[in-house]
Amino acid sequence: MSLAIRGGVLVDPANRVNAKRDLYIDTEGFVVAVGRAPRGFKARRTIDATNKIVCPGLIDLRARLREPGLEHKATLESELRAAVAGGITTLCCPPDTMPVIDTPAMAQMIQSRAWHFGYAFIHPFGALTRDLKGQQLADMEALDDAGCVAFTNAMAPVTNTLVMRRAMEYAASFDLSVFLHSEDPWLKADGCCHEGEISARLGLPGIPEAAETVAVARDLALIDQTRVRAHFCGLSSARAVQMVAEAQRRGLPVSADVTAHHLHLTEHDIGYFDTQCHVQPPLRSRRDRDALRRAVKQGVITAICSDHQPHEPDAKLAPFSDAEPGISGLETFLPLTLKLVNEKLIPLPQAIALLTQKPADILGLESGRIGVGATADICIFDPKALWTLTAASMTSRGRNSPFLGTEFRGRVSHTIVGGRVVFENGKFPLGR
Amino acid sequence: MRPDLQFDNNGRLKHFLTIDGLSRQTILQILDTAKSFISVGQREIKKVPLLRGKTVVNLFFESSTRTRTTFEIAAKRLSADVINLNVATSSASKGETLLDTVRNLEAMHTDLFVVRHNRAGAAHLIAAHVPPHVRIINAGDGAHAHPTQAMLDVFTIREAKGDLRKLKVAIVGDIQHSRVARSQIRALKALGVPEIRVVAPRTLLPTAIERLGVVAYTDMRAGLDGVDVVMMLRLQLERMSGALIPSEQEYFNLYGLTPEKLACAKADAIVLHPGPMNRGLEIDSAVADGPQSVILPQVTNGIAVRMAIMAIIMGGGTAETQPRRPEAAA
Repeated sequence: MSLAIRGGVLVDPANRVNAKRDLYIDTEGFVVAVGRAPRGFKARRTIDATNKIVCPGLIDLRARLREPGLEHKATLESELRAAVAGGITTLCCPPDTMPVIDTPAMAQMIQSRAWHFGYAFIHPFGALTRDLKGQQLADMEALDDAGCVAFTNAMAPVTNTLVMRRAMEYAASFDLSVFLHSEDPWLKADGCCHEGEISARLGLPGIPEAAETVAVARDLALIDQTRVRAHFCGLSSARAVQMVAEAQRRGLPVSADVTAHHLHLTEHDIGYFDTQCHVQPPLRSRRDRDALRRAVKQGVITAICSDHQPHEPDAKLAPFSDAEPGISGLETFLPLTLKLVNEKLIPLPQAIALLTQKPADILGLESGRIGVGATADICIFDPKALWTLTAASMTSRGRNSPFLGTEFRGRVSHTIVGGRVVFENGKFPLGR
Repeated sequence: MRPDLQFDNNGRLKHFLTIDGLSRQTILQILDTAKSFISVGQREIKKVPLLRGKTVVNLFFESSTRTRTTFEIAAKRLSADVINLNVATSSASKGETLLDTVRNLEAMHTDLFVVRHNRAGAAHLIAAHVPPHVRIINAGDGAHAHPTQAMLDVFTIREAKGDLRKLKVAIVGDIQHSRVARSQIRALKALGVPEIRVVAPRTLLPTAIERLGVVAYTDMRAGLDGVDVVMMLRLQLERMSGALIPSEQEYFNLYGLTPEKLACAKADAIVLHPGPMNRGLEIDSAVADGPQSVILPQVTNGIAVRMAIMAIIMGGGTAETQPRRPEAAA
């Protein structure tokens, strides 16, 4: 269906556009014109985007969709709907599904299931080591051919430094990207929150900052030697950010992301054992949170991710340390990032870049931008709309969010994937 | 979950989960009530009818002898019916969740749960999910809190020393893993103790411990210098395997309370220990059984303090007052 989006402000950081521009999309789902309609263009449908922002569809570097393996928490279908409800058109799925994404068949199965539902695109990440055990390398080249855009051991540590070195060398041989969750498992031990004031007060086992810095230091040394293209996932501490910034200054090919919630919450939000704030890596001190925000502003951290982890209610109804970590984050991904704009930390185009162009660059994808010829993955939102997150208002199967009851400014009205309107004012027009 | 979970809408104590958030006044009221219960234990008939007809369940997910027994005696002296449940060996091992276990016991019309659990925050979690008429007392949750122990400790200190607002107190031992220490620090703070010291090697001190308003010492003699009260903690033997301390001998040499180290404290200093003691590890028998020890009075006081807390949160009062009539069932 040909589509025109008129009257909105187009924010397309990759093309340095931040102005009123109309968009024209052909029946194949490609952008055919920005600004004026091509000669003879007939829109079957026109979306009025007056007073709204039109931007590239959001790209989320990390979302657990729980399928296959944990369908009691969520399914691909439920979470793909939640994604487009949050303006997200591309999701990356870590390989720690059950079974693990360490075979081409698994990678293809997830993509074809997503294709079947037809909401957002999924890019699977391949396992760095077989079954994420940190011992044998996974078949990275075959996984790459099957559509894996990066390789990671997810939250499972590669404790054997030699295996990590070999994995990086092998990935570098084929120009593959490695995503790292750098955390020393010995220093982390049974920790469940930041080792600091709150762990001292509540008697919870803490995770010291050194659990992150020790592992980042090791991984940086190996990146320096292997020259693999590497990305640090979900940095949580001021010191780790400093180390990555220093490595970038030295010219190492490293990038980094942060989760949306780490830019807003600190250990103090745990209050009295609020299990909704049990996340991995842990929420750290105010000083750490402020350093993460500065790193975003200064461009050391170039992407924000949702780190979406939907849970059934029981997973959080347990003593803090036994509660499962993670936040259902797809639907607060854009609002939490817009909050940085409302708080005057960064301008709107930079905020949009952190969710679109920059993650696309990290993945080596051409998406995340709206030029003539680009696939029409588009998010339209009303930057002034006020709304409150409630469990009932969430599309995700997981209602585990510390932001329930929080008022946000900025709400998605339309999500367009490949030229098709998949979300519109709370409804899913193509849904089954 | 909020700290004020333990108060009802009128600001009355409803559960007893943590010392955090309790005013000096509330603590003193509990201590005064406990004092009135001391005499009950000395009578021929050691019972008052404050909790007659009430059902108290001692729900212990972690083994305990002393705490469970004193709670049981306290409840029985208040005329309640008491059931002891050692869940470590029952439902939990069959995969039942904590809240399911509680809901099942609640369905048997329990009025008060005394809960011990090895996870910090367990008592708060339960209190947040029981119906309004059910009361919860925290008998120890992980390394977080053991508020009734702290109450009996400050009761014992008050008996020996009177006003706490001029005292120097040292807490010695495994602060890091100690719910007792965390609650003691809060209780001493609330009662206005001007100087609280913690004494341990850095491996047994939490990072950021000074944020709790205490001064950390790694040298025990310096830490005990001039103090009025020495509160010893029990050292769990498994700490050796966690590379937290090298050996029993080294620990005893450095942090064991011997008469010689105790001599650094004031001449009339008292010594407390929550029990069970490891003689020859954290405390020398000469001190444990010596004239400055108030370790056995602690146990006796523990019953009166727990009676007071039960009576207050169940809406009763002191030994002199009569039980309130239960409101007629709707």
